Formats: sequence, C-alpha cells, structure tokens
Amino acid sequence: MPALSPEQSSPSAHRALGLTDAEFALIIEKMGREPNVVELAMFSLLWSEHCAYKHSKKLLGLLPTEGPKVLMGPGENAGAVDIGGGLALAFKVESHNHPSAVEPFQGAATGVGGILRDIFAVGARPIAILDSLRFGEPTSPRSRYLLERAVAGIGHYGNSIGVATIGGEVYFEGPYEQNCLINAMALGIADRDKLIRSAAAGVGNIVILFGALTGRDGIGGASVLASAELDEADQSKRPSVQIGDPFEEKKLLECSLDLLDRELLVALQDLGAAGLTSSASEMASKGEVGIDIDVARVPLREADMEPFEIMVSESQERMLCVVEPARVDEVLAVCAHWEVNATAIGEVTERRFMRILVGDVVVGDVAVEALVDDCPLYDLSPQEPSHPIYPAPPRTLDSQDPQEILVALLACANIASRRAIFEQYDCLVQSRTVRRPEQADAAVLVLPGGSAIAVSIDCNGRRVACDPYRGAIEAVLECAANLACVGAQPLGLTNCLNFGNPEKPHIAWQLTRSIEGLAAACAAVGAPVVGGNVSLYNEGNEGPIYPTPVVGIVGELPSAGGAGRLGFAREGDVIALVGAFDPTLPGSELAKLYGQELPQGLPNSPTLEVAAAAIEALREAVRAGGLASAHDIAEGGFGVALAECCLASAIGARIDCGPAVGDGDDLRALFGESAAGFIVSGPIAAIEALPEVLAARLCGEVGGDRLTITVGAAQIDVALGDLHAAWSQGLASATA
Amino acid sequence: MRARILIRPKAAILDPQGQTVQRALAALGFDGVANVHVGRLIELDVDDPAQLEAMCETLLANPLIEEYEIVSDPSGDPTTP
Amino acid sequence: MKTGVVRFPGTCDEVDAQLAAAMVGDTVILWHGDRDLQGVDAIIVPGGFSYGDHLRVGAIARFAPMMESVAAFARDGGPVLGICNGFQILCEAGLLPGALLPNVSLRFICRQVDLDVANTATAFTRACVPGAKLSIPIKHTTGRYYAPEATLDALEADGQVILRYAPGHNPNGSQRDIAGVINDRGNVCGLMPHPEHAVDDLTGSSDGLRLFESMRDHVADASVVA
Repeated sequence: MPALSPEQSSPSAHRALGLTDAEFALIIEKMGREPNVVELAMFSLLWSEHCAYKHSKKLLGLLPTEGPKVLMGPGENAGAVDIGGGLALAFKVESHNHPSAVEPFQGAATGVGGILRDIFAVGARPIAILDSLRFGEPTSPRSRYLLERAVAGIGHYGNSIGVATIGGEVYFEGPYEQNCLINAMALGIADRDKLIRSAAAGVGNIVILFGALTGRDGIGGASVLASAELDEADQSKRPSVQIGDPFEEKKLLECSLDLLDRELLVALQDLGAAGLTSSASEMASKGEVGIDIDVARVPLREADMEPFEIMVSESQERMLCVVEPARVDEVLAVCAHWEVNATAIGEVTERRFMRILVGDVVVGDVAVEALVDDCPLYDLSPQEPSHPIYPAPPRTLDSQDPQEILVALLACANIASRRAIFEQYDCLVQSRTVRRPEQADAAVLVLPGGSAIAVSIDCNGRRVACDPYRGAIEAVLECAANLACVGAQPLGLTNCLNFGNPEKPHIAWQLTRSIEGLAAACAAVGAPVVGGNVSLYNEGNEGPIYPTPVVGIVGELPSAGGAGRLGFAREGDVIALVGAFDPTLPGSELAKLYGQELPQGLPNSPTLEVAAAAIEALREAVRAGGLASAHDIAEGGFGVALAECCLASAIGARIDCGPAVGDGDDLRALFGESAAGFIVSGPIAAIEALPEVLAARLCGEVGGDRLTITVGAAQIDVALGDLHAAWSQGLASATA
Repeated sequence: MRARILIRPKAAILDPQGQTVQRALAALGFDGVANVHVGRLIELDVDDPAQLEAMCETLLANPLIEEYEIVSDPSGDPTTP
Repeated sequence: MKTGVVRFPGTCDEVDAQLAAAMVGDTVILWHGDRDLQGVDAIIVPGGFSYGDHLRVGAIARFAPMMESVAAFARDGGPVLGICNGFQILCEAGLLPGALLPNVSLRFICRQVDLDVANTATAFTRACVPGAKLSIPIKHTTGRYYAPEATLDALEADGQVILRYAPGHNPNGSQRDIAGVINDRGNVCGLMPHPEHAVDDLTGSSDGLRLFESMRDHVADASVVA
C-alpha cells in the first residue's frame, strides 16, 4: 500500500472547523494517530451538528417511525409510504435557513434543489414542492427583501425543473428578523419495487460521480454555517454560497431516473451539504464496506483545488452511484445522452475505510465507522425558563370593535391572502393538481388510477413559543385537520425542527418538550415519522427564533374528485361549527395585534385524544360526500375562518352564533384559537347526518354578498368587497 | 482576439427592468438619472472578428427586439454595425 | 392522427402535452438531437425552460437538429403548435412573427385566465364555437407578445390573432391582449396559455381540449383531401 501523505493540520485547526478539543482527542484515539488535513476536514463535516445530529439524535428516538404503510423510514435520503396501486410516495422536508439568510435567492433555490435530489435519489420522480417560510415583520425592509428573494429563488428552481409548488406557509414574527427560516418539502412517486437505497455494495464495484463540475462552492459552507450563530461576519461568507442551476438538475433528474429504469445502478446517493465526504461515507457505512476515491479523477471547475477542498465542496447538482464494472460503459452512455458529465472516481472495497487518493498517493485513510458512527452524542440539559424569553410583539391594533378587528386580522401578514406569493410558482406542471392554493386547506394531487394524495405543511411557532409541548401537538393537529378537510387520512409525516442553540438550557427545554409533543401527536393522528431534518443554532443578536417544529403530513383519499373544498358553494346551504373547538385568546393572532405578552403555557383543551377523534370524524364526513365545504379554524379563529370560506368563492353568509358559542366573551368566541374546530356547509340533511362526536352547531346560511355575524351583543355586517380588499392587499403590499 | 458584445432592448420597446432600476436609483436619492436600460454582456475570444456581426444576427441578439454593439477591442471605442 | 412532441434538455411540459394529445390520437416524443419525425401528422413544441432559458428564451433550442425537421414540416404545411416556451422557440425560429418579452411585472405568473377565441376558422380553434371563451392557465416569465405596429395590424386584418386575453385577464402586458397567433398560412400556431394543462375538469378545466380536437379534425380533413 502506498504511504500516507504526512501533511498535518495546524494544532488548533479543529477548533476553526467547529470540533471541540474533546472531540479532536476522540478522533486521535479512534485513529490511533493525528488526522492529516484531508482527514480532519472529513471529520469536521461528518461530526458536525448538520451530519451527526449530535444534540438531537437521542431525542429523535422518541418519535414513532413504524406504521403499516411505511416503506422507508428515517435514515434514507427520503422516507416513503405505500399509496396503493403498486406505488410508493417518497417525501421529506429540509431546512436551508442559514444559507438563505446570507443569500436568500440562491439559498432558497438550492434548498429546493437539495430536497428534490433527496427524492430522486430514492428512485422517485418528484411531483410536488411545498415551502415553509418564516421572516421578521414585513414592516422591516430586510424581511421584505428576504421574502421577495427567497420566493423568487424557490420559483426559479421549482418552475424551471418542472415540479409543481402546490402549497406551503409563511409567518412573519419579530424573532425571525435576523434568522429567517426556509424549509422546503418535496414529494415523489415511484413504483414500489423500484425504490433504491443508498447502501454501497459489491466489492470491486465502481463509484461514479455524475452531474455538475466540482468547484469551491460552499467550502465549509453548510456545516460551518449550520453550527455558528449568525453575526455581522455573515457578509464575508457570501462568496462561498452555493449557486443552483435548475437546468443542470433537470438533466440530472431525468438521467438518474433513466439509469434506474434500466436497472443499471447498485446504489444511488445525492451530494448535499458536506459533499462527497458525507455521500460516500454514508454509502459505505450503510453497505458495511469501504470506498476508495481518487480525487484526481473528479472533474473540476477550478483546476487548482486541493484534495480536501474536493472532498468538502458543496457544488450543487451532483449525484454518486455504485455500478457493477460490466455496466459502467452503459451508465456513461446514458449520462452522455442526457448531456450529463459522468466519471468513475473510485471503487467499493472490503476494508471498511474511506481511502482518499490523488492518483497513487493516499492522502486520507479513515475507518468508516469512526467517521459515521463514532461522533459523540450529547445529552441536553433542559430547564424550563423562569421568565419570558421573548419580548411582547408591538401593539398594532387598538380597536375593540368586532368588525374592525375582523378587517385588521384579514389584512395582517400572517392571515392575508398568499396569492402574491403562490402565483410566482407553477402549481400545475405534471397535471396532477386537483386542489390548488386557496381552494382547499390541503393541496390534492390525483394519482394514476384516480385515487389521490393530499399534503399540508404547518407550524405556528408563536404557539410553540407559548408552550413547546402543546404547540407542537397543535402543529400536528393543524396539519392533520387540513388533510381531514379534503378527506385525507395521514400516511406519514416529515418534520423539520428549527430551534436555537441547544446548549442553552431553555432551548434544550423547548426542543425536548416539542419532540415529546410531536411524538404524542403523531401517535394520536396515526402519522409515523418517516424522515426529516434538524436545524439548530437559529439565533440572532436579539435572541433565539420561536421554536418551530415544522410538520408536513401526506395522506391518501379514495377519490380525487371527492376532495373537499374550503369555500362556501351554494346559496341556501346551511353552515355549522363542528369539532372540538374550545377557543382562547392568549397566544392568538388577535393577542399579537394587541401587543400582548406570550402566555407561559396553553390550555390542554381539547385534549389530544378528543381533538384527534374530531379530526377523524370530520375526515369521514368529508369522504361521505354530502358536505359542500369544510375549513379548519386556525389563526384568527371562527370569524376569520368564516371570512375565508366566503372569500374563497366570493359568496356571502349570514351567521347568528348567539346560541353557538356565546358565553358572554364575544371576542374570545369570534377570534379565539383552538385546535380541531371546523366550519362546514351543505344541505341541512348532510349537516344533520354528521356524527355526534362532531357536535355540529348550526349557525347560519350561505348567500348574498355580505358577511353578517351576530355573536351575543357583537354585530358584524361587512361587504365581501371590503373584506377582499383588506385580505388581498395585506401581503401584496409587503411583496410589491 | 477578445471581443465584447453589448445587447440591450430596443429603445422603443417597453423595458420594465430598466424602469425598475431607474425608480430604485431615484428612491435611493440618485437624482437626474434617465433612460436606464438593462441589457446583457457577452465576452468571447474570436479568431475572425468579421464573424461577430453574423453571430449577433443569428444567435446572440434578436434583431426584432434588441440592438447590439460590438466592441472588438474592449479597450478601444465601440463600433456599431 | 399521430402527434410528435419535441423534447429539449430543460423541457418540462412534454409529458402533459403528450397526455393531452393522446386524448385525440397517438403520440410520440421527438428528441431534440434527432431529425426523424417518425411519420407524425402534427407537432407540438411544448413548454418548459429549454436549455435553461440561457442567452434568451428559445434562442438556443431553435438550432437543435430536430428544429430543422420541424421547420421543413411546417414549410410543407404540417400543423405545428408551440405552447409557451414552444411559442418563444417558434418566434425565434422565424416560423411565427413577433417575439416574447418579459412580463411587465418581471415576475413568473401562474394563473387561470379567460381567453376569447378571436378566430374559430383555424386548424387550432375550429372545434370552438364562434365567440367562445376558454379558461386555460398561463405560467411564464416571458410572455409579453411584441411585434411592430404594422405587423400587428396585418395579423389582425388576416385573422392571425386567434386567442386574446379576455378584458382584465392580460397577465403580462402583451400588445392588444394577444395570447396566441398563427402564421400567414395558418398551419403554425403559438400561444402562451397552456391548453395541455386544461384537458380535465378534475384539474381545473377541460377547455384546452378544444385545441387538440381542432388539430385532430384538421388532420383528418387534410388526409381526406390528400
């Protein structure tokens, strides 16, 4: 065996790369010697928070991952569930927060590119994208800039590659001002039998790198960025941000699926953060083999790159595959057809080491186990804070008049129409979209054969900040409720846990309680976790973000044509408030407009079990087909939900809910928030046929061009045109 | 030799990008700015500069909506065909 | 009828176009690097971002080998439908008059719009009743139709403007609300709206089917005459 290149790093280099002295000592112990530069670079990536989940892995074990429909769980590039008809649905959500704070257009675009590669890396054709965004208040020019550029970046990538962006959410809250969140979710379908795993196998098999050239993009980017709190220095990091090229990825996507179709691949893996190092090591680890990589054979964009740079480059639009030697020429020919660069750069070895070569010279030689499995996992030291962590939001509303409040809520950034955003996304390509944005609470896609899937992504971070356990439960309930409104039953769930610095006890407490809440809620709604992502250290100078465990659930419905809609449909239909609605004002959107402090804790009502039962019953009611509309009550409570039902189809309603929810506190009844409340409409017979568990309370009738609401002594009587003006302009002015 | 080709929308054609930049400059306090147009720049090494005009007419510009300028010596004066 | 759908690197809507055309006949994908038209009776140049929209939309695709065959097919009178990026490519190739400029908003816009059929006596609209309105989505960044005034006057006089955005529905600032045009022979059509995304009420509208039915009827009549 050739001798190992002796080049050593400087004594403190590991600290600059984000490794502690104790971790560095452990590396030396595992290797039996000091690592050289290449090896240290590889350890710094694989032992980063981003790759090793060292502060969250122990907690993630709490989440339920088993279910009758689960085909692939956490650990693969994406999770997958069985959707019948011989098809699998792969899906995953991932964060791209810190790159987006530095360069929002490219950060968001490459976030989409990365999650799409995760989907086709398991052999699935991407069919849809959703995005979950958080910014500071739109009154801040920086937030408006980040919003505009991030949306443009998502559209640029998704539209150009021909994958529909069918849904998402965006919230504006002060704590995200310095640390925006950009989470992207993607879904793909594959023949059940054709899902491919990433485990390298077959000693002597060839490792082929294909796709874009390797450059100095994001050297130390995602991993270093993901482990350091943002500060003024982020400006100087700009040159190393990755640039996305959706045209290259479109070719890569078609090429990868073509290779899989021809059954030419043993294993496939995308290159994401931590580049070749992480992709190759994880393929080797899963296959219990080793891999030799000759970096001299990696096609470069800049000729003078050093071996360690090649190993850590985050250049986008690249994939790695393992191929039997006899099939290499065929693989290269398929790549050439798609005008995709492809090069054999290494081979699978029996000795379970990652060996990095430059021609004949070994420049790195590390046991796979040390890289992938030996990173220390840390216990958190959670402690509930004794005082509020977050400042009260600024007061922006004084009025106590229900009608003025309703108009103000419809115009506020968290509730106003998202049209100015979603019209920048192609929601139609591939011709599957049965329910587009603002037509229903969840997006619905038709499948070959006429069945359908629905998907939603949700999390109200302010509610989680009020109560990490209950807030996380509410995120899951909200998502499941959105699915129920179109008639979909959950199949699986993916999450993206966006939190602050977990080494701080109060953040550790938020993280711990949120995961406990997620675990309980996932079990209650029957949605096993099949994959996800953790993004920690989301803090700015003024403190941590709201804890934001974003939840994406996919579900199935028996018939695409039967998917529910949110808007009132016919004059004369009756309207009912159904479910387990138990509204309160603290922590609500109205409380925010009033500038009220976040409460320390949210009521446990309805209980998780009661809420889950109501959601399930609502789903069955929608599936039964008698209802004309179903809409989940969320931010802004009953009043805003009613207005949304009217605005979705430009038809009015007359509501008298004196007998419905009145207890003397009109504002709480109108604008208080709670899980598991719904507004449905339909013929009286359909409402009367609803099961007892839904506790239907008739409260009005569809018709006219005004929304009139009587609640106790409170009276609202407003033209739909006025509501529409407030609702449609609320965000348009922030994005103009 | 090195050549530079400047391509911009024809003056008569509505150029919302130019207008947006012009408004942004005004908003930033840069007064007295007019006729802003945003185009694109193509640089290339070419053996026979006589071919540049054909390249522009065929591929690099769309003569219906764009005008172009060939700077065959980027350090010298532009020559318009 | 057998319809060929051209696929370039970066094309996105070829499968949808193929599914739509399959509702009225047989279909085949035509690879940009080939020249063989495989005996098709009609050609669709579909939407997407051919060659990444680099340089200028449609500018590189028009030089693909397959486009030489498409141009020859058009010269022989064969029906060619360009949708969105396909419209841009056909303009760049000189098979249609005019050009497509960036939307006035400079943004990508995806929206269901109403179209007025301005001429129902064409190979692409003959299945529409006079005065028909179609609900079809648009999705593009570069869809503002432009041609010199004299050209526009001539197009209108000859009935070559076949689709217009209904009043209040022009999404991109195109001149005279033009959404779709045909060449002077009437066998090449370009439009920004996506009829292939409007062939099933389940996904929003089936009005786009009229265009594919029109092409089928046109091809059927042409073969009777031949």
